[in-house]
Amino acid sequence: MEIKILGTGCPKCKTLEKLTRDVVEQNSIDATVTKVEDIMEIMKYGVMTTPALVVNGKVEIKGRVPSSDEIKQVLTK
Amino acid sequence: MFVILRTILSTEKTNYSQMKDIKNTIWVPIVLLPIWFLIYHNLQSMTDWFIDTALGMTKGAHLTEALRFFVFEFPKVMLLLTLIIFFVGIIRTYFTPERTRKALEGKKTFTGNVMAATLGIVTPFCSCSAIPLFLGFVESGVPLGVTFSFLIAAPMINEVAIILLYGMFGWKVAAIYVGTGLAIAILAGWIIGLLKLEKWVEPWVYQTHMGDSGSEEEKLTFAKRIGLGYEAIKEIVGKVWIYVALGILVGAGAHGYVPEDFMAALMGKSAWYSIPLSILIGIPLYSNAAGIVPIVSVLIEKGASLGTALAFMMSVIGLSLPEMVILRKVLKLPLIFTFIGVVGTGILIVGYLFNYIF
Repeated sequence: MEIKILGTGCPKCKTLEKLTRDVVEQNSIDATVTKVEDIMEIMKYGVMTTPALVVNGKVEIKGRVPSSDEIKQVLTK
Repeated sequence: MFVILRTILSTEKTNYSQMKDIKNTIWVPIVLLPIWFLIYHNLQSMTDWFIDTALGMTKGAHLTEALRFFVFEFPKVMLLLTLIIFFVGIIRTYFTPERTRKALEGKKTFTGNVMAATLGIVTPFCSCSAIPLFLGFVESGVPLGVTFSFLIAAPMINEVAIILLYGMFGWKVAAIYVGTGLAIAILAGWIIGLLKLEKWVEPWVYQTHMGDSGSEEEKLTFAKRIGLGYEAIKEIVGKVWIYVALGILVGAGAHGYVPEDFMAALMGKSAWYSIPLSILIGIPLYSNAAGIVPIVSVLIEKGASLGTALAFMMSVIGLSLPEMVILRKVLKLPLIFTFIGVVGTGILIVGYLFNYIF
């Protein structure tokens, strides 16, 4: 599974990255987590509000920091 | 209020388990609301009891009155903030930037400017999203001037500022703030549109190709929207309470000790230069609305005129240096200066107008 966190470096983006990494680790999900900070790259996903959570190229959550439970749901569905 | 909640509930198509979910989230505000009203409406008598009876302080003494000011104002403002941020948080889940953009696509200027400025108030906005938002708008063909109307209104007409102004000055001043803020955002955006400044947008902006995040809107249940209301409280109130406390503390200090006409010479009506000066001072000063409103209330109490104080506040909130630095990535300097110039002139006019009227 390929997980990307889109965000230009605001505090919320960091929170999302940390939460996601925690969820991946705790549930031993087989995934690579990368942070995308380049604005041009971010725009390719059509996201206007950061942070965003992208799983296998699909934007799952954008513009807010979800709870760990929600991230888990998204990653394990 | 309950009726509104119920009607929203009934329009949501939800299955049973979500319904249960909603009930669990919704009973908390329903229990808390009456308590809120009870405290809010008895705050003055509670404060007086606390100061005069419980502490037994001498009425009219400087320290007593300063303390009374703080003990009354701080909880009052926090109560207002919590309640309104909660509802604003819920309302905002219905106004995503994606929807706003869709509404603005292909709009004619002026109508577009009016819509953009209005939507700027309700669409959630954080300055770290300013760039993706700008790109997203311009990419999908929203005119530059209309985009600016949005970018001016979104930070300048701030919900925390509206609440605080309402709490400390009453609804008239709050309405004036919203009205003039809208007017500035609309006109400034319209003028920037007329000036045809696209050449001062960094060229790469127009070369960026925005992907499609899927037009599918994220479907939120009402329970989740309420949850986001709580999130908004945690995020906004959690961040601004310290500024509110500091602002009111300064206010309380000034309340008893600083002479009434202390600011009159500097920021009073008779000092014509005070408005441009306040605006200039306001640009590098960057405070969030929560900190600036209590300060403004002190300024006015100590003899500053309403127009000058409002101009100062709008400059601090609406023209912020950090935001300019962020926008520099997509805008060339002349456009940034035009932006500051047009908005600054708008604030200037508002300031003189109010000094003239009141």
